[in-house]
Amino acid sequence: MKVLVTVKEVAEVGDDFAIEGTEIAESDLEYDLNEWDDYAIEAGVRLAEDGIADEVVALTIGPERSEETIRMALAKGADRAVRVWDDAIAEAFLDVDTKVDLLEAVVDEEDPDLVLTGVQAADDAFGATGVALADRIGFEHAAVVNDLDLDADAGVANVRRELEGGVEELTEVDVPAVLTVQTGINEPRYASLRGIRQAQRKEIATKDLADIGLSPDDVEGALTVTNMYEPESESDAEIIEGDPGEAAGRLAEVLREKGVDA
Amino acid sequence: MADPAVLAVAEHRRGELREISLELLTAGRELADAIGGELHVAVVSGDVEAHADSLNREGVDAIHTVAVGEEFDHSVYQGAVEALVDAHDPTTLLLPNSVNGLDYAPAVAESLGVPLVTDAIDVAYDDALTVTREQYGSKVETTIEVDGDRFAITIRGGEWPAATGAGEATIESFDAAVDPGESGARVQGYEEVGDGDVDIADADVLVSVGRGIEEEENLELIFDLAEAMGATVSSSRPIVDNGWLPKNRQVGQSGKVVTPDVYLAVGISGAVQHVAGMKGAETIIAVNTDPNAPIFDIADYGIVGDLFEIVPELIDDFE
Ligand SMILES: Cc1cc2nc3c(=O)[nH]c(=O)nc-3n(C[C@H](O)[C@H](O)[C@H](O)COP(=O)(O)OP(=O)(O)OC[C@H]3O[C@@H](n4cnc5c(N)ncnc54)[C@H](O)[C@@H]3O)c2cc1C
Repeated sequence: MKVLVTVKEVAEVGDDFAIEGTEIAESDLEYDLNEWDDYAIEAGVRLAEDGIADEVVALTIGPERSEETIRMALAKGADRAVRVWDDAIAEAFLDVDTKVDLLEAVVDEEDPDLVLTGVQAADDAFGATGVALADRIGFEHAAVVNDLDLDADAGVANVRRELEGGVEELTEVDVPAVLTVQTGINEPRYASLRGIRQAQRKEIATKDLADIGLSPDDVEGALTVTNMYEPESESDAEIIEGDPGEAAGRLAEVLREKGVDA
Repeated sequence: MADPAVLAVAEHRRGELREISLELLTAGRELADAIGGELHVAVVSGDVEAHADSLNREGVDAIHTVAVGEEFDHSVYQGAVEALVDAHDPTTLLLPNSVNGLDYAPAVAESLGVPLVTDAIDVAYDDALTVTREQYGSKVETTIEVDGDRFAITIRGGEWPAATGAGEATIESFDAAVDPGESGARVQGYEEVGDGDVDIADADVLVSVGRGIEEEENLELIFDLAEAMGATVSSSRPIVDNGWLPKNRQVGQSGKVVTPDVYLAVGISGAVQHVAGMKGAETIIAVNTDPNAPIFDIADYGIVGDLFEIVPELIDDFE
């Protein structure tokens, strides 16, 4: 069985940042592997270690810089990676439909049995790509999966979906399927030094739009960001100033006023 | 019956209509007014008659009941919503940004070929649809303009008030011709994630710890503080994901909802799923190094500072 894991390098905003037009200033962004995807990679690699998956392929949409992040997936045990990028992609706002166009093209080529995605990307938090992809490629799906037990012979994935309020749904999903993976499903490993060395030798295939049979028109999405701003705080929080000792002292007073005392 | 401007799809679980269903009605009415047209509501599976009665609030024009299956099944929901769109041609589909909403809304939007915007905190229509949402862990808000004449939007819970007042909606049963038996994903049951050593929902004072604590060993500091203050320790999700605390200590959307007198959030950013579990606390206090952390937006008191400097001082103070 072949497992495809979609991986995204996400942008994180530092403690201080400036907004330039409808974007955060590039210098105020830090990049990292999307937290939810880290768990998806781990789930894929474990399927390989358990002898269920023959190959784990990491797939990303991202600029050259993101190869650093993709190497993390390879260092943790993915066999190879595919990176889709194009100047035309850089200029567009990648809505769900456009991402699905791009991912579908690679899925057609790779023909996986199982696709694992993170529940959401930490930066834009749409939380929709996996399920939309499933519909497009005609796979079954389950969203927000925090437990996975794959029975390859029976062709089903037994999953738990984590609903709100501490309730879990137990569901049997026909494979091929797309599962969106929730944090906590496993404990993602750290990349070992050996893994990092090996990752340097693993293949990252880079594909532009033409390579996957699409044109720049295909990445023109329906969504346009027209404004970005820091939300106006409606809070009237009293910020306690002073050095740590003073601030803690003042906070202790507040706490005592509220009836806190051992 | 005129064509609806908005079709909102209700959510229920184990016999109970979920609060977001009533919030969808408020958002739906607003949007239907802006677009000019009716607000229709769909309720799929379970005791649709009873749910339809509860959904019959002021501003709702029609309710379509789809009496197939008992509990949420994404293929039934998808089939029902698509059939309703075919029959009634709404401009906007309004769905909950819940775990189940995200298990079918993207599929519906995809197969209907309509643009999808998730987790909306505000919507407006003036010749074009604009949706407000958050990015980068709630540090910024963006306005997104949607190009098209049909849209799908999922809305965040708690952003619109629940609709009130008795309505005069027509209630009609709708035959969506969907068969739960054909679903490729079969729900086998539910399980409550167990209660453990303490019930944080009972505590008057919570010291809640987040990823700012960095290492499992450092949790000791938080337990020391809680002991000095006579408080109970709770946490954000990553602490539980790491296996540092049991699940029953997790506050939030997928954890517990708590309403203590005092909630002291230490090294917690205040992600929306966390806030969903603690915004009802009487007094919220945050200690965080990042002055832009969204937790400060809902805090009553805050210290912008390093927990490793503040917490030991606080322990001293209480001892
Ligand atoms: C479907 C779904 C359900 C979810 N359910 C929940 C839930 O029930 N509960 C929940 O909590 N989350 C939930 N989440 C996860 C949520 O989105 C966030 O990822 C999580 O709440 C972040 O936890 P955090 O604030 O501890 O970590 P972070 O967001 O990483 O924040 C850490 C904070 O610590 C601060 N900090 C760092 N160092 C220090 C220091 N030395 N001193 C002081 N401050 C410091 C940082 O400035 C930062 O603000 C859910 C997510 C999804 C998608």
